[in-house]
Formats: sequence, structure tokens, C-alpha cells
Amino acid sequence: MSEPILSIRGVSKRFGTLIAVADVDLDVARGEKLGIIGPNGSGKTTLINCITGVIRPEQGKITFEGIDISRMPTYQRARRGIARSFQIPRPFVGMSVVQNLQVPLDYVASGERDPAGALGILAAVGLETRADDPAESLTHLELRKLELARALAAEPRLLIADEVMAGLSEQEIDEVLEILFTLNARGVTIIMIEHIMHAIMRFSTRLVCMETGRVIADGTPQEVGRNPEVRRVYFGK
Amino acid sequence: MIIELGVNAVVTGLLLGGLYAVASLGLTIAFGLLQIPNVAQPTFMVLGAYCACFGNLLGVDPVIASMIFAPVFYLAGMIFYQAYFVCFERRGRGNTLQGFTFFFGVAMVLEVALILAVGVDLRSVDAVYIGKSLTIGFVTMPYRFIIPFVIGSAVGAGMWLFLTRTHMGLAIRAVAHDANALRIVALNPAQVKRHAFGIAMMTAALAGAALIVVNPVDPFVGREYIGRSFAIVVLAGMGSVPGTLVAAVIIGLLESLVITFVGATWAPGVAFAVLLATLAIRPSGIFGIAR
Amino acid sequence: MSGWRFIIGVLVVLAGGAMLTHEVTNAYVFYAGFVALQYVVIATGWNILGGYAGYVNFGSGAFVGLGMYAAVFLFKAIEAPLWVQVLGAAFAGGVMGLGMGYLTLRIQGVFFSIATLALTVVLNTVIVNWSFVGGARGATVLAPPPPTWFPSTISYVFFAMLVLAVFSIAVARWIEKSWIGRGLAALRADEQAAECSGTPTLKLKLFAATVSGALIAAAGAPYPYYASYVEPASAFGLAIALNALAMPLIGGTRSWIGPLIGALLLSGLEQAATVTIPTEVNLLIVGLVLIGFVVAAPDGLLGLFDRKPVKGRRQ
Repeated sequence: MSEPILSIRGVSKRFGTLIAVADVDLDVARGEKLGIIGPNGSGKTTLINCITGVIRPEQGKITFEGIDISRMPTYQRARRGIARSFQIPRPFVGMSVVQNLQVPLDYVASGERDPAGALGILAAVGLETRADDPAESLTHLELRKLELARALAAEPRLLIADEVMAGLSEQEIDEVLEILFTLNARGVTIIMIEHIMHAIMRFSTRLVCMETGRVIADGTPQEVGRNPEVRRVYFGK
Repeated sequence: MIIELGVNAVVTGLLLGGLYAVASLGLTIAFGLLQIPNVAQPTFMVLGAYCACFGNLLGVDPVIASMIFAPVFYLAGMIFYQAYFVCFERRGRGNTLQGFTFFFGVAMVLEVALILAVGVDLRSVDAVYIGKSLTIGFVTMPYRFIIPFVIGSAVGAGMWLFLTRTHMGLAIRAVAHDANALRIVALNPAQVKRHAFGIAMMTAALAGAALIVVNPVDPFVGREYIGRSFAIVVLAGMGSVPGTLVAAVIIGLLESLVITFVGATWAPGVAFAVLLATLAIRPSGIFGIAR
Repeated sequence: MSGWRFIIGVLVVLAGGAMLTHEVTNAYVFYAGFVALQYVVIATGWNILGGYAGYVNFGSGAFVGLGMYAAVFLFKAIEAPLWVQVLGAAFAGGVMGLGMGYLTLRIQGVFFSIATLALTVVLNTVIVNWSFVGGARGATVLAPPPPTWFPSTISYVFFAMLVLAVFSIAVARWIEKSWIGRGLAALRADEQAAECSGTPTLKLKLFAATVSGALIAAAGAPYPYYASYVEPASAFGLAIALNALAMPLIGGTRSWIGPLIGALLLSGLEQAATVTIPTEVNLLIVGLVLIGFVVAAPDGLLGLFDRKPVKGRRQ
């Protein structure tokens, strides 16, 4: 097996007395489509925050493309190719939609600082007609698309999609999945956190289930789906 | 000689700490617990001082006068919070910086209004204890410092008991922790905050009396208390009442020592130095939880 | 406004100002104009941090006072010419902005504002204790004869302030339209999301704090020549801190035009008002207007007229 693109070793994070992430080990292979499931509060988003640097874990080491990023500020991780979308959309209000994309293009993307690039990405997620509108005028669905578009604009090598499909219709889920599949085919590693089971089952080649800050199952979607621990967590026995 | 000076400076500093404590407790609640950056709190304290002065003109002891005015301040605080709530918090624009600007504007308007109403001259009060001192050995303690110290200790102790022992006090601390959690137990966060803000404002009336007993007051005196009380609240660890008392005494001591051994003109810099040092070294303050 | 039109506008304003110094003999024009232009510099400088990045500086009075006293110091120490005084003031202001930022911007934004609240009192304390620049009594500064091209000292400092105002606006406009401005706007909206998009938020904030501090302090530097006398009580007065905040908020904080409009409106109002009403009433009005705008029109006059944000268009 080749060197993993992301390697998490013994990462722990607590908030006061609550242990949000407890000694997690996780390797993500280059080009992988990894799904992370788990009930609310199981530590998925905290783990993502540790990977992106928004939160500093108390213990553990995170390596990205062979480089230890544990102490690196968030923006440098973004420049190295880690992009994410937020569970609750966090647009840059006060800026237009296209300017929202211009920010990662300015600060992350290599060379080209061309708004045409931003428009291309907007077209890919179906927001091209809204390019010049203020971000705060978007609907909830459009905000989710903007989240994804802004992450794409950062030219990621690892994309972390934190519940990008919540609240979307079946057809829209298909659209988003299509975008992610295309991206993955171009070599982008994708970690997907999702509660919409059929979507994540369809998308992932590997599935990880978290519960109270630990990884309780790791394998193919079928294996994890059959795992008695996972069934206990989700169906209460 | 130097020891006598030093001991007197320490005693004065301790007593001064009582005044600073009562001057900062309102901000401990408003800013420390409710995250409302009420820059106008010291200006309201100056208003409180003028109210005490007004009562004194009618022949009432300034401290008693401030107690009479306290309920009025409480009501004014509730109305003030309601205005803030309608304009900022309810609209989901809980943007602290906008609130900051709002309160800064209120502080300026109130200060200028005071200038226009009473002029820029110093005002003082008369009371039996002003001008007299308690002397123990070589330590001299003027009563005009002892009275504010007593007020500070009493308000501090009362506030601490209120916050830890009463239903409303617990609700206020809960709302500081998580506003939504309160909804579950059927309390309206805005209502709890309104009470808390009213109480914070009530302390401004008492602090005003303490202020004018120590020294004559002009409308500008609030300015130096803005930096000082924020320094105390931050040093205390946001929202901690015991911390506020300790921090107030620390600042009082430092200022008194600087006045005695360095020079009175340098005293206004003390609070700022403490504030910057706290922010640089331990932003969570003495009694704060690291965030 | 396109880049070429802006440059032509700048040249026209500068040429017009230069002509004015020769054509106008009524000194009042320069006295009033100086104040208006000083307001433009202060408002524009404040807005780079306060408007673009959303970090409110309540200590503008301290920065202006620092600039004044940097000029007084350089004049007394080495009889430095005006442009050296301005550069020195800008340097001092930049260092103070950077220092304040470094100590407070790493934690929550409120703490920066709190620290600036106390800054004026502290700087006042330092100056009062510094006898070389006059201490509490103040310092008299007798300006040397102006460069021969200018008919009078007042027309000279007026023109210097005009150059400073134009320069500030050019800097603000450049920042606003560049990747820096977009980064600042992003972090103003959401710091975490901006970081995740690769924006080095701390560096950008420190940059904005430095530039903002430098410009506000530079605005104070020509004042000693203008007034011939500087004293701490008026240098660290209340009005500047309030005005610096009010001007951009009245005009609009998202574009360089906002502070310009606010500064011209406010200085115009003050000129009209000083004849008829006392300074305190004036301050009262400014305070009330400030509260009104913060509550009802947080995007200022520009926000009232234009609901859309500036387009992401290249010039």
C-alpha cells in the first residue's frame, strides 16, 4: 500500500470533561472515497476541525502528504490542499457570490487569479446565474452549493464534505454526488460526513463509524452496515 | 520611613480596591456573564455620583441617596437592555463590535449630556465621615476610603450570594453558559438578561456614591474607569465575582504603590499595563476557565 | 470607478489644491479645509481596520495625538522638515497599531477594542510625564517659513494635508480592490471560514492595524504647524475618537467612498455649527447620529442607496 495522503495518530480532544475525540487512529489513502458516519455528538465534526486546524487537539499527530501538520495554522493547511465545507453554511456575507470564490482563488489556488475560473466552478454547481448577487440573498440550498463551490475553488487534494447534502432533494443529492464523483475521478481524495445513508453508501468505497469519540467500525460499506456495534448504535440493539 | 510609606500605600490600595470592585461589578455581569460590552457602565456610575450629590443637596447621606436611586437605575437598566435587545440581539446581529459602538455612542452622549446639565466643575458631597480618619499606629485610613471599601465588599458579597444561592442568580449564570438550555426549563433568556442588566446598572448607582465619597466628581471621570474596569473584568476572568474583587484589589494596590513611589501622574497607566499583560499572558484571567 | 478615472481624479484634485493655495487669499478657507482633509485622512485610515476588517478602534484620539507629538519631537530634536515629521508620525502610528494588534488580535476581537479604549488615557499619561515635548503645559511650535512656492504656512500645511488625504484614499482604494481587501472582507464575515479558505487572518489583521495606525497618526503630524501650539488635554480629546468612528459609519464602511462622504459631511456640519452652537451640543448630535446609524443603517449612507455589494469586477 502506498503512503496514505492523511494519517491520524492518537488524536484526542476534550472540551472540559467531555471527551469529543478519544485517541483516534485513521489513515486515508490517496484518491480514496471515505465516508464517516456516527450519531450526533460522536465526534465527527471535532475530528474534521482537528484535521483542518480550527481546533488544536491535546494529543496526537496528523500527517498530510508525509508532512506533520499538527502545529500548522489552518490557512497553511488549506494552502497545502485541505479544503472543507461547513455543516452549517458559513458564507462571506457582505461579498457577492463570485467574490466568495475569489477568496480561496486569491489565497490558495496556484497562479491563475481569474474570475473566469470562479465562474466555471459556479457553473459546475449551478450557481452561475447568482454570481453577482450578495451571498446573504441566497436560499438555504444555494448556500450549501456555495459552500461546496468555495471548497472546490481552493483546488483541494483532500476535500472534506461535512453534511453537504442535508436538506437536499433526491435530484439535488444526485447532482452533488455527480460533482464529487467527477472530482474524485480527477484524483481528489474525499472524506464525506453524512447522515443520508443511501447517499454515503453509494458514494464511499470505505466507511468509518464513530461513536463517543472513537472509531468503532472501519471497512467496506457492506461490512460496516453488518457490524453489530454499528447496528447497536443506530438501532439500539 | 519607607516602610511606613509602603504600609500606608498598601492599606490605601486595599481600600481603593473596594471602590474599584463596586465600579467593576456591573461590567462583570454585563460583559463577563452576558457578553454585552457596556462601555457606558462607568458613565452611568458618574450619573450615579451626581444622583448621590443631588440627594446630598436635599440633606440625605450620599450612600442612602444612592440606595434610593438604585431601583430607578434597575428599571433604567432593564429599559436600556430592552433597547439593545430589540436593536441588536433579536435581529440575530449579536455582533459584539456593533454593540460596542452602540454603547460607546451612549457613553459619549451621556457624558456630554452631563456636561450640558451640570457643567464641568467638580462636585462633592457632605457627610459626617468625610474629612475624618481612622488611625491605627502609623497607618492612617480616611473614612472616605473606608466607606467605599465597605460598599464594595458588601455589594461583592451580595452579588456572589445572589448568583450562587438564588434561583434568578443561577438562571443568570445559566444564560451566560448557554442561552438555549434555559428555554428547555421554560425561562426566557431575554427576560433573565434584562434582570441581570438591571442589576448591573443598579450597582452603578451604589458605585457612584462610593466614587463621590472618595473624591469630588466631574463628568469626565468615567473615562479613566472604562479602561480600569475592563482591565479588572478581564484580569478577574470573565464573569467571576470573587475574581473581580481580587483583581480590583490588585489594581488598587498597584496604583497606590505607583502613586507613592513613582508619581501620581503615572497612575492612569497601571490599569492599561495590567490589561495588556493579562491579554498577552493569560487571556482567561485569574479565575477564568481557559477557552 | 475605473483605475484611469481615479488617477485623473487624483491629479485634478491635487492641481486644484495647488492652484487654490495661490488664488485664494482668505486664510479661513485653508483653516477649514485643513480640518476637513484631516477628517478625511482619519476616517479613511480608521476604516481600513474598522470597516474592511471589522475591528473597531476606539483609540483614534491616541493615534492622532501620537502623530502630533511625534511631529513635535522631531521638530524639537532635529528641526525636521514637515515631510519627515509626517513619515515619523506614520512610523510611530504603524508601530503602535502593530503592537496593539500583536498583543490583542490573536484572541477575540472585543479585546482589541477594549485595549484601544484605554489607549488614549495611557498615551496622555506618557506625554504629561515627558517634559521634552512640553509635558502637561504643552509645547509651542513656531513653524519655519514655508517652501518659497507657498504664499503662507497655512496654505502649505493645507496642501500637505491634501496630499495626505489623496494618498490615504489611494491606499484604501488599493487595499479594497486587491486580494488583501477580499481577505479582510472574508475575515470580517467569518474568521474560521476565511482561514479554511487559505486566508492568513492574523497577518492580514496585523497589516490592516499597522496601515490604519500609520495613516491616523500621520493625520496628526501637520497639526503643530497648523496650530503653533499642542497640549495633551486637547491632543487626546474625546472628539477625535468619536468622530473617527462616526464618519465611516455614517458614510458606509465597505468602500473607500463611505469614509470620504462621512468626513466631508461631518466637517461641513461642524463648520456650520461652530458659529451657532457650542461644541458640546455638536458632540451630542454626532453621538446621537452615530447611535442612529449603528441601530438603523449599519451600512451607512452608501448602504442605504446601494443594497448590492461592490461587484467583483476587475479594473
